[in-house]
Amino acid sequence: MPHNWIPNSSPDVKKELMRELGISDVLDLFNDIPPEIMLNRGLSVGFGKPLTEYGVRRLFNEIISKNRLSTTPSFIGGGVCQHYVPSVVKAVLSRPEFYTAYTPYQAEIAQGLLQALFEYQSLMANLYGVKIVNASMYNGSTASAEAVLMAARVKKRKKVLVSDSVHPEIIDVLRSWGFGAGLEIVKVRVDLKSGETDLSDLRSKLDQNVAAVFIQTPNFFGVVESAIKEIIDETHRFNALSIVYSNPLTLGVFEAPGNLGADIVVGDVQGLGISLNYGGPSAGILGINDDKELLRQLPGRLIGATRTQGGDELGFTMILQTREQHIKREKATSNITTNSSLEAVGAAVYLTLLGSQGLRKLGEAILGRTHYLIKRLLSAGVAEPLFPESLHFREVGVRFRGKDADQVIKSLSSRGIGIGPALSRFYRELSDCSLVCVTELHARKDIDLLVEVLEEVLGGG
Amino acid sequence: MPFRQAKWDEPIIFEVSDFSKQTFLIDEEFADEVSEALSKVPKSLARGSELKIPNLSEVEVVRHYNRLSQMSYGVDVGPVPLGSCTMKYNPKICEELASDPRITELHPYQDEEEVQGVLEIMYLMQRWLSEITGMDECSLQPPAGAAGEFVGALIMKKYHHDRGNDNKNEMIVPEAAHGSNPASSAMAGFKVVKIPTAPNGETDIEALKSVLSDNTAGLMLTNPNTLGIFESGIIEISDLIHGKDALMYYDGANLNGILGVVRPGDMGFDIVHLNLHKTFAAPHGGGGPGAGAVCVKKGLVDYLPVPIVGFDGRSYKLRYDLSRTIGRVSWFYGNVVPIVKSFIYIATLGPALREVAEVSVLNTNYLMSKLRRLRGVTLPYGENRWRKHEFVVSFENLLKETGVSAEDVAKALLDRGLHAPTIYFPLIVKEAHMIEVTETETKENIDRLAKAYEEIVELAYRDPQAVKSSPTNTSVKRLDVLVANHPKTMAPTYEYLSRLRAQET
Repeated sequence: MPHNWIPNSSPDVKKELMRELGISDVLDLFNDIPPEIMLNRGLSVGFGKPLTEYGVRRLFNEIISKNRLSTTPSFIGGGVCQHYVPSVVKAVLSRPEFYTAYTPYQAEIAQGLLQALFEYQSLMANLYGVKIVNASMYNGSTASAEAVLMAARVKKRKKVLVSDSVHPEIIDVLRSWGFGAGLEIVKVRVDLKSGETDLSDLRSKLDQNVAAVFIQTPNFFGVVESAIKEIIDETHRFNALSIVYSNPLTLGVFEAPGNLGADIVVGDVQGLGISLNYGGPSAGILGINDDKELLRQLPGRLIGATRTQGGDELGFTMILQTREQHIKREKATSNITTNSSLEAVGAAVYLTLLGSQGLRKLGEAILGRTHYLIKRLLSAGVAEPLFPESLHFREVGVRFRGKDADQVIKSLSSRGIGIGPALSRFYRELSDCSLVCVTELHARKDIDLLVEVLEEVLGGG
Repeated sequence: MPFRQAKWDEPIIFEVSDFSKQTFLIDEEFADEVSEALSKVPKSLARGSELKIPNLSEVEVVRHYNRLSQMSYGVDVGPVPLGSCTMKYNPKICEELASDPRITELHPYQDEEEVQGVLEIMYLMQRWLSEITGMDECSLQPPAGAAGEFVGALIMKKYHHDRGNDNKNEMIVPEAAHGSNPASSAMAGFKVVKIPTAPNGETDIEALKSVLSDNTAGLMLTNPNTLGIFESGIIEISDLIHGKDALMYYDGANLNGILGVVRPGDMGFDIVHLNLHKTFAAPHGGGGPGAGAVCVKKGLVDYLPVPIVGFDGRSYKLRYDLSRTIGRVSWFYGNVVPIVKSFIYIATLGPALREVAEVSVLNTNYLMSKLRRLRGVTLPYGENRWRKHEFVVSFENLLKETGVSAEDVAKALLDRGLHAPTIYFPLIVKEAHMIEVTETETKENIDRLAKAYEEIVELAYRDPQAVKSSPTNTSVKRLDVLVANHPKTMAPTYEYLSRLRAQET
């Protein structure tokens, strides 16, 4: 079945290639496969026959017309939120020299890609206040799991404390990834008044068996962990490693976790010019504040600057590959090979497009909108913030006073407004609560509309 | 075809910084709320340290990255014959359709009713990939191939654990396997047991028998293997493994050469991972993102990561009801955009997918036939066997006779406008080039590649230094990897580089 994606599929070309091999049937090349396992029928995939390009376009459009976007910018939170993706980022990421390239194993022909990744590492290291950031993990959740596994290897301890204010799906991922290594993942309670990690519960659970303490700030409820410094210091008192997950968009406004003493930092680039993508792909940020012990155990690729042999021209190449699976095999620091280079480049483009000025302003714009949302909710009185006294960024936990959150979310969705996720999905006791997210995309009238519709749905204040 | 790669003296982004520039505009609609909120941020939490991000105008950013892109090389520029990487052409229709906002702007926590279209795509992919692999159900959650391997290994771990067989802690992995196989096994808590390759290029079955025991948890195998040779003893191998109550794991990195011809499920495998960014034409993105899938036989469906997509005859749903699930291996549902690209690829080709296998194998053997004749080149293992998706040649003789190594040959290929294949892998072949041209290269390009090898080998015997001093037509000449990796001169960020430069002056 010849096809224009397969240039040598035309019978004449095939004949020429076969002549070189001295065969007359392509099937001769498969004569070493036991006949009893050969598939003696066509694959039943696709739509029965090859489609034309206009045919597949039409079919695809029919399918995705069943997807619905809200009429206002989305208010849905939960670790990822809708942000603006600048045209510049899209333009750069559609350069085929970048997106159709493989991992830059042949450095000399891939200098541009390597330099872009080097710039990503440098920008992120400064943003998070750490010495080294690798060339990306799959996403924030797997970067978290790799961070925890790395900490356990370095400390040769099996227990990891995780705040219950960390994204519940990240905690799930830590559990699955830790299963093979025999890690014990222990949750630290959240203070129900502030929505922050409960320091006294943390103190009671810290001991000499703890490899790491993992917190997120702003946490899953959008609450800034104000005692981050104390948590890090407590962690260090037990010679354990402090792992802090934070949203890069906050770091123009809030101090970098690395500068507050975190040993390992993690995050996700979604929002830095990277779309929601129904949850993926994105890129995971993983950084360390030590270029010795932690560096030896760092998973993933790392790009370094160097010079030409016997010359002094600047160049870039992958470095410290002896940590990686293709060389170290079962002793490697991780099995990762494919990562998220393209999204990492996208994040670098985004950061340079905004600059330090823009990133600070963006952080403030989101902080201001979050503050406005909380004020409006408090004055309307129909749906109260879960933690009204706490400092929030981007996301806010909201309680619907006994009304089932799933029902409220559905009512809003039918009016073209998306909020969520319902917190009952993760915490049984929070059945009447949901997250609401605001970003630079929300104008004042969008937030006003949200509050008005909430008043309508919840029956006034 | 003469080749000169672009060479811009493009400064590192921090060196083009200029604080007078106007950066991307952010609104100040909420100025009052911003000052109120900022007043609530304790001083200890406010950013005090310097943000070293340059402030550039839009055109400067665009030119910088476009110049960098011109100093890079992908499949859209020329052939990338990296073995086991399946660097096929990425059809543009897949790129365009997958960038529709009705995919890219979907939030993973939207109500299922609002995302029926993307769920339908994912559901169909689960069905199609099951059909292609001969398995019963798939999860699309693993973000890449190695993550899929890890899932497979965790499924084995939990399966044996649930049956009270915690003693099953050994994973058998051939020496020639992809490095991610032993790494994934180790991450899942297994002890890795290595077995050698027989002279015919297949797994040494006697060696396999000698390491089998009640502690065997499973075997990780890719078929065709990394030499490109089909494991013709696969039935016996899977009977041996199953006879020990162990499981068969299929590394799908090499599936391209047997698509629609023979299926892992029919070979006796229980768990399969696929790399959608290899076999199903999603682009590699300069190293990622990829997309993985893990497919299993009936008895293991309950172990898959959650959620998978289900269909009740009326609507599509995210299913969390797998009783023995290993849990989540990543948040959300996988790398959806590449999954959508692969969906469009499979939908377009349909039953013509088999043509992919046939032509990729034809191309492989055609090129192999030309290269094995060259002076200084040998074809180790299974001399009289056809290869499938890839083949491996050795430059050991060339090195002995001329001092020109596999790496030198690779660099000389770059000078001819061609990407080099995978080198020094698999480890069982000395001075290896592992070559996979895929079904998307033209005969002219394959001939060009063969001609380039011929010229390089000939040059090696005539003037070895000329080969060893390559590349010269790329943006930079050969880089110093010792300087790059030495603890004293290592520079993984601009900070390190600046410090080194300060020391030098």
